[in-house]
Amino acid sequence: MDVVNQLRRQFVDYSTSLHREGILDDQFTQLQKLQDENSPDFVVEVASLFFEDCEKLINNMGRALEQQQGVDFKQVDASVHQLKGSSSSIGAMRVKNVCITFRSFCEAQNREGCLRCLQQVIHEFSLLKNKLQTLFRLEQQILTAGGSIPVIE
Amino acid sequence: MAADSEFHVLAVDDSIIDRKLIERLLKTSSFQVTTVDSGSKALEFLGLHEDDGIINTNTPSVSPNNHQEVEVNLVITDYCMPGMTGYDLLKKIKESSSLKNIPVVIMSSENVPSRISRCLEEGAEEFLLKPVRLSDLNKLRPHMLKTKIKDHQEPEKQDKEEKQQQPQSNNNNRKAMEEGISTEKIRPRLNGITAMV
Repeated sequence: MDVVNQLRRQFVDYSTSLHREGILDDQFTQLQKLQDENSPDFVVEVASLFFEDCEKLINNMGRALEQQQGVDFKQVDASVHQLKGSSSSIGAMRVKNVCITFRSFCEAQNREGCLRCLQQVIHEFSLLKNKLQTLFRLEQQILTAGGSIPVIE
Repeated sequence: MAADSEFHVLAVDDSIIDRKLIERLLKTSSFQVTTVDSGSKALEFLGLHEDDGIINTNTPSVSPNNHQEVEVNLVITDYCMPGMTGYDLLKKIKESSSLKNIPVVIMSSENVPSRISRCLEEGAEEFLLKPVRLSDLNKLRPHMLKTKIKDHQEPEKQDKEEKQQQPQSNNNNRKAMEEGISTEKIRPRLNGITAMV
């Protein structure tokens, strides 16, 4: 049982740090609360959908910003708007905040600013993905060791 | 008390993540859920043809338990969708003689007062800011109950009640959005319903 307690403590510490660093906000906690016996993989499923969606949107933004003939900022903005929505729904606070700045650059039709934001989005997204995968791995380890995942308020 | 599983909600959102989220929220609240990714699919599900407004009784989604098309007790829709927006969908539902009594709730990630007013004036019962929380869904049940109770009342009485209460509830909702007050505190209609139940 000591292994389980160790893992549980690791989970709590890791989860707390993600919130402290602003990578996740309260919305993520809301998602965790929605997970139960009827929907035991809910959070992982939502996260997977988000990762897929994010990659697709990042590609769209990149392609649109590369257009030599002239950037369609409305198109870029549409993708950023979508990403802002999804990241907000999953609790990916830092990704969401970059999107807010990104939208201002789209409105100003500032290509350089947009490209900078895109780089930031890519950075924040990679960070989030890695950290969430670590978190999910920790959860799996706890369950495999026969323990239950701590509920963090 | 009738089981909440009798309430069927149609959720409309073009975002797959938001669809998954709203589905989980609704199921956790013990509602039956159908999700679609567009306004036109929503109208199809409701049995409404966009052009002629006539119910198509040959929809594949006929429930085996009754002879009518599937009963939807509430439509919850995202505002920003490509093609038909949530507002467009709301309008079409309210303009349809067969669907206008179905309560409609709008969700949006953006807090735009003019958008909120427009939706409430068009007949939306609530305007919810995304991300939607479980506590937000507690506001839905009274609207669905009201419809069920209405079904047992005389039609004339219903219309009078609706006309009296509509402007009041719109103001309350707008106020609630702007001031962050719970609508349940300032809605006398709610108390009336509770007393009846």
